[in-house]
Amino acid sequence: MAETRTIVALPITPRLGAVMRLRLFLILGVLIMWEATAASGLLFRDVVPSSVTVVRALVRLLIDPDFWGNFGVTAGEVLAALAIGATAGLAAGLLLGASRFLGRAYEPYLNSLAPTPKIIFFPVMIMAFGVYAGSKVAMGALSAFFPVALSTAGGMREVDAALVKVGRSFRLSTWQMVTKIYLPAIRVPVLNGMRLGFGVAVIGVLLAETKLSNQGLGYLVMQAYARFDMPQMYAILLVVFAVAVALNAGLGRLTEPRHRRT
Amino acid sequence: MSISRADHAPALVGAATLLGLFALLELAIRAGLVDRYVVPPPSDVVASFARIVTEEDIPHRFAQTALEGLGAAVLIALVGIPAGLLLYRHMVLRVAVQSWVAALAAAPLVLAYPLFLVIFGRSAMTIVMMGFISGVAPVTLKTLEGLSATRRVLIDVGRSLKLTPAQQFRLVLLPAAVPTIFVGLRLGLVFALINIVGLEFLINFGGLGQLINELAERYDLAGTYAAIAFVVLVSVLFFLALERTERWLRPGR
Repeated sequence: MAETRTIVALPITPRLGAVMRLRLFLILGVLIMWEATAASGLLFRDVVPSSVTVVRALVRLLIDPDFWGNFGVTAGEVLAALAIGATAGLAAGLLLGASRFLGRAYEPYLNSLAPTPKIIFFPVMIMAFGVYAGSKVAMGALSAFFPVALSTAGGMREVDAALVKVGRSFRLSTWQMVTKIYLPAIRVPVLNGMRLGFGVAVIGVLLAETKLSNQGLGYLVMQAYARFDMPQMYAILLVVFAVAVALNAGLGRLTEPRHRRT
Repeated sequence: MSISRADHAPALVGAATLLGLFALLELAIRAGLVDRYVVPPPSDVVASFARIVTEEDIPHRFAQTALEGLGAAVLIALVGIPAGLLLYRHMVLRVAVQSWVAALAAAPLVLAYPLFLVIFGRSAMTIVMMGFISGVAPVTLKTLEGLSATRRVLIDVGRSLKLTPAQQFRLVLLPAAVPTIFVGLRLGLVFALINIVGLEFLINFGGLGQLINELAERYDLAGTYAAIAFVVLVSVLFFLALERTERWLRPGR
């Protein structure tokens, strides 16, 4: 059909050598511009430190046990948040996706609340869960809940009706229907929801740590800011971005088409 | 009549559940089952609405947040759309950096706000720049997607009419890509506004986000909850308006 003809997948793909050369050129260009800005004094001193200083700070950071302690705290909070938020989101999504009536009754509220800034709920979380890890986990869980719930509900509506009929004809119980039919069928949307949920849970936890905490990577960033230790701030940001992007890509791999085949 | 009633039944049940939950919460707080110093009675929160609107200069705060959002949106469109066009035009560049742009979209960039505080100070500029940084990648990617998905037959028609590259872009590519570009702009604006309001709260500066922080620091619980509800309401209305505009732009859907 003409409707589906696009020029996305043109057979002409550039040679790998040209792509790698351009990438190298871009990286070198950014580094040269960075060094020129660092040496020019255009910005306040040390706002853009030399890349050598940043690399040194990065090495110092990576061999510092204190950093890994804080990394562990944040990682624990994010995992707990994801476990709570994703479990609640999965349950809500299954329920809303399984019943057209419930979906139409409650999903508009989820859809409306999903894109609101969750960090503004932090004062409520502090009141309810205290100033320590509990409020950070709650922030992350609240953030992760929405993408998982909406993605699961959407996935449930896409489940092949034949699979559901097969399950019913075998007289499966509700629990068996969930574990044997629905969950395997909605694996990809659930994983996509988890990937989005993971991303927003990281943001929720880290922002909460920058606002009020005495441990974690968000706290470390604010400490670096308070000391005006810019190389360390860049180093922490680099590590956080690298870990988040790598984990996001890893979760993305799980949803690639080859995994969909049964 | 009965069909229309059946159509509205889920919405009515949804609204009734919400009201029922608020009523239960009110009763639980009044009975002492829920600490009123953690969750104020919903009736107090509703009563606080009028107070925060009159006493906390809501119109001015709203205008401030809206202006920051507008600033970020203009920057996002000015940088994101041309960047997408550049990637579309240059295949090698696209293959080289598309995954980088996608990684940028996935990174928790908002954590870099202390860095922006150092560069731009505790000012509206920091907030606008954070909004811009968090919203530009989706616009670039969606612009590229929209341009790339232009039907081959339309491009061929343009070629057969011997359109210049500029005409081809203005008369064929851009009109075909506008709906997808708008999806990108909507996404970018949503990300930008989430970060703008969030940052106002975090750095205690600016409009609606700062209001929540100020009321929380004053330990004005009912006011804090009312302000949160107000910001949520404003966000919901804004996103609904954006969705309507998007649907209006693509009437075929």
